[in-house]
This record gives sequence, structure tokens and C-alpha cells, in this order.
Amino acid sequence: MKIIVCVKQVPDTTEVKLDPKTGRLIRDGVPSIINPDDKNALEQALVIKDQNPGTTVTVVSMGPQQADVAMREALAMGADEAILICGREFAGSDTWATSYIIASAIKKIGDYDLILCGRQAIDGDTAQVGPQIAEQLGIPQITYVQDMRIEGGEVIATRQLEDGYTVMSAKMPVLLTAIKELNTPRYMTPQGIFEAYEKQVKIWGFADVPVDEARIGLAGSPTNVNKTFSPEPKAKGEMLEGADRNTVKSLVDKLVEKHLL
Amino acid sequence: MIKIISEKCIGCGACEAGCPVGAISTASGTAKIDYDVCIGCGACVGNCPCEAIEQDEAAEEKIEEKPTTAEYKGVWVFAEQRDGALMPTVFELLGEGRKLADTLGVELSALLLGNGVEALAGELGAYGADRVILAESELLNDYNTEAYAKVVCDLVRERKPEIMLIGATNIGRDLAPRLSARLYTGLTADCTGLAIDPETKGLLQTRPAFGGNVMATIVTPNHRPQMSTVRPGVMKKAAYDTAHKAILDRAKVELSDGDIHTKVIETVKSLKQTVNLVDAEVIVAGGRGVGSAEGFKLIEQLAEAMGGVVGASRAAVEAGYIGADHQVGQTGKTVRPKIYVACGISGAIQHLAGMQNSECIIAINKNPDAPIFSAATYGIVGDLHKVIPMLIEELASR
Repeated sequence: MKIIVCVKQVPDTTEVKLDPKTGRLIRDGVPSIINPDDKNALEQALVIKDQNPGTTVTVVSMGPQQADVAMREALAMGADEAILICGREFAGSDTWATSYIIASAIKKIGDYDLILCGRQAIDGDTAQVGPQIAEQLGIPQITYVQDMRIEGGEVIATRQLEDGYTVMSAKMPVLLTAIKELNTPRYMTPQGIFEAYEKQVKIWGFADVPVDEARIGLAGSPTNVNKTFSPEPKAKGEMLEGADRNTVKSLVDKLVEKHLL
Repeated sequence: MIKIISEKCIGCGACEAGCPVGAISTASGTAKIDYDVCIGCGACVGNCPCEAIEQDEAAEEKIEEKPTTAEYKGVWVFAEQRDGALMPTVFELLGEGRKLADTLGVELSALLLGNGVEALAGELGAYGADRVILAESELLNDYNTEAYAKVVCDLVRERKPEIMLIGATNIGRDLAPRLSARLYTGLTADCTGLAIDPETKGLLQTRPAFGGNVMATIVTPNHRPQMSTVRPGVMKKAAYDTAHKAILDRAKVELSDGDIHTKVIETVKSLKQTVNLVDAEVIVAGGRGVGSAEGFKLIEQLAEAMGGVVGASRAAVEAGYIGADHQVGQTGKTVRPKIYVACGISGAIQHLAGMQNSECIIAINKNPDAPIFSAATYGIVGDLHKVIPMLIEELASR
């Protein structure tokens, strides 16, 4: 079986701190990681590979040269092949253009039975690229997958809903998006790390991916960022001094006064 | 393939101005297309005042027809229903959609897909929809990505709405990207603010990035419809008025088994009692500072004393003090209660993103430097295990 896993390298937003004076993000020194949901997707591919000898796992990512680190980690976890789509022509792509580029790269790879993506990336939280890739490839999708198995040529997957779950089946090829409930990602092994350095991360530039230049990058993206701004600071709060009976009494008084209680 | 009929061309430049990729030049007096640049989108065909531009049929098959943005009119709201009941987020979308439609002076339509769901049309009307576009089929009984995507895309292509709002539920977030990819149009995820640009009449879609510390306003200048998913619980619900009636508009559905490649085997409602954080007026939430699952009893007692429900930070959920269905924040629920009491929660930006719009925030924390105090209306520096019992007593004495 041939599995493609789409991953993204992201800043570890749980490590993002605020500057207490300016209230702005401190981005310096924030480590880059494989996006958590994408790691669940990769783990699932590796589990299938463990159970089905002869399965190959190809990791695909789009990002800057530095994303090479994430690719090496994926190889050290057990992926067979890693392709990093990288080029200035791709910069500024929104989710539409990103999915178009990745789908075009997957078409070039050609042969696949299963595509696994993370549900969403922690830096953007859009959850759009997975389903958009499925649409661009014209294959079905099952999102928010918390459990899955393969039976014959079919994938049986459990999709999480807010109020329960749905069990679904789909003939392959199909694209799934993984959530953290799906599994616990393995760690790299020393052996894996050693072997990863024997492998090559393939870099695919603009010339290597068959795309229409008019549909990629900033110019080809349907959405543009109009502006970014800091949220309006809230009115300065009031600190109630002391932590005694009088403090809680004055708190309840204030709530009653404002008709909140 | 786009062709210029030079005999008809007056060299007015309308095509040149409207070309999204700058492939047309009228410098020579008549329009010339640079075919290395042209993407065959056909925008110029609609822009030409004298029918001097043609797009041949074969090309139209292959490339998504892109009428000019001006052809798109009206605001659509996706009326998501499960088992014949509308999702609460639909009423929030109708509230927001109403404002946008009124600003633009256009109709607000609710798009209702399902099987035997006509009875919901009245409710959609009472919440402000002018029109309910009803698409019914046995194949739409259960939610199915491909079936829903086909029906919605067919309707969008036929009727051309300028704006489409979809609730950012698990189903909305499954469907919306599929639609945007097929329609080659922009989609902005999890919007918390929507407005109309007074100059361009385009949709200004504001969403938080990096856990709410930066806000970004996104526009979709040249593609239609402008699509947004809207985070449940953020927008205000529409007013309910039974006197407001919607036109019931039955749409033709062309759908066959061959359009669907996934099968629903079963849908199971979770039996565990779900916590209704989104509709709660008072939430008492605990964080790592609560210290233990046992410690959450105190949080429950305060919630009971204030007539509220129990929330939690990600740290408390991950420490196993309480279930994930209580989680507030970027990966949990977004809430805006009247009173939010944060007990032993430091206030990571991911948590603040989910509760900072609460009307009144009370923070109780031992650490005077905890970021939660910057978001608090009232702050008490102290041990929650001492402060909360006093607060419960004080409330009981009133």
C-alpha cells in the first residue's frame, strides 16, 4: 500500500509568550515542531506500515528550507521518503493555493492509496487544506478521524462530532484528517535518526511541481490579508486588595450593583 | 481559450482593467491577449461592453466559469441541521447575515439541506431569513461531504450569492473547504467579526491568529462568493420574531448514488451529559491551580452557588482533573457568559482567546503576575482554596 502524509512545520504556539509590557508576541526563540495533528497522521501511516509489510510512507510538506528539520524527524520516526515543496513562487499562498500546489505535487507522485493529514495546524487553525487537497484530487474525504482500520480496499473510519461520532466507510483512494484521539505518536529512535541521515529529503521547486503560476502565491490566492492589528485592549481591570471576607463582600457588592447577579 | 474579435473591439480597456492576471493590453488600439499569462478565466468576456471577446466551449468545460463579482448578489447562511434540528450556530449566522444583507440592501437566504426538513423553514424565517432555499433528497438524509458539496455548489453556480456564511462546526469545517476548492473562491476560517467595506462593498472577515493576540482582516477581492466559517458562540443570536416569514423556495436537486463514495455505517450520539458552556450565563472555571480532581468539587460548589456551569483550562483537562467537554479556549469552546470566574488559571493566550469576550471576568490566582489579571474585570490575588469558600458563604448570606 502507498500512503502519503501531509505535514506542516509550525512554531510551537504553546511556547509563545507575551511581552508583559507591550502585550505583543515574543516570537524569538520559539521552537519549530511538526504540527501535532500531523504527527498523529504520520503515526497512523506508520502503524499501517507496521501491520502491512511492503507499505511505503511518503511525507510531503510545503514550507521554507528550514522545514528540512521536520522532514528529517518524520524520516527518523519511520517514513520512507520525504518531499519538501519549497520555492519563493509559492510564498504568500492562502489555503486554496497551498492545497492546489500540494495536490499538484501528489498528482506528480501519482500512485497512492491513502492520504493522511492532520485536522488543522496550530498556527492557523483553519482545518481547510486537507479537504481542499481531497477536492483538488477529486477523491473522497473523512475528517476529524478518531479511529480507523482498513478492510479489503476500504477504510472504515470514525469521525468525531461535537455530540457523538459517525462511523463511515470509503473505498480507497481517500483522504483522512487525523485528530489527537487517533493515537499516540511514537518517538524517534536512535536507529531511526541514524538512518534518516542516510536518506535524502527531496526538494521540489517551482519547476518540479506542475502548477499554473497564476493560481499560486499571493497573486493566485483568492484571499488576501487586508490588515493585522492587536485586539483592542480591555479597560483596565480592578484589583481587589486582600483576600479576606471584606474582599469577597466588595466583589459581590460590585456584581449586584452591575446587575450581574 | 479566449479570443478577441478585433472587428468588434473598440479598445476601451474594460477587459484590460478587469483582467486578474494582467494578460490583456489595449495599447495598440485593440485588445491583445498574452497567452503565456492568460489563465482563461473569462473575466474579460463579461467585462466587454461590445461582445468582442469569446471563450470557446472546450475551455469552459475545463476552467471554472468566473463571472464578474458584480453578478453575485445576496447573503446566504448554511442552515446546518442534524436529525431535523437546527444547530444553535445557525441563529448566530442569521443575526450576522441580517446585518450584512441590510448594509448591502440585499436578500438574506438560509440554505437548508436534508430530507423531510421543510418544517424548519418557519423557524429560519422567524430568525430573520427572507428566503429559505430548500434542497431535499433521500440522499441528503445523513450529512455526506460529497452529496452536500455537489448540491451547494450547483446552487451557488446557478444563483450566485456574494456572501456565504457557514458555522465552524465539525460538519461546517468539513464542507466549507470542499466548496471553496471546487468554486475557486476564498474561504476564511473561524471568523469572529464580519463587516462590509463601505468603499468596495466587499466582506471584511476578521479572525484571531496566534491564539487571539493578533487579529487579521481577510478579504476576497476577486472571487465569489466570499465564504466564511464563523466560530460558534462568538456572534450574537438573531432576534426571534414569529411575524417575520421567509419565502419557501424549493430547489431542484440533481444527485445520484454515483456522486457519493463514502457510506455512513452508523451515527452515535454520545451518551455522556454534555456541558452547555456556550449558552451558560455564568461559568466558573478551574485551572492547574485547583490542584486535583477532588479540588474541582469546590469549583462545582461555587458554580452551583452562582447558578452557573463548570469550565476548565487545558492544563486542568490534561492533568486529568476534569473532562475535555469542560474545556474553554482555542482548542475547547469559545464562551461569552455574563460572568466568568477564572480560578487558578494563569491565562495562557489560548485560554484567553476562548473567554476574553465575557462581560465580566473575575480572576482568583495566587500569582500576582499571572496574565489572567490583564484580562480580568476584577482580580483577587490569593489562594482559591481559601477565597472560594468565603465567596460561597458570602453569596449564601445574601
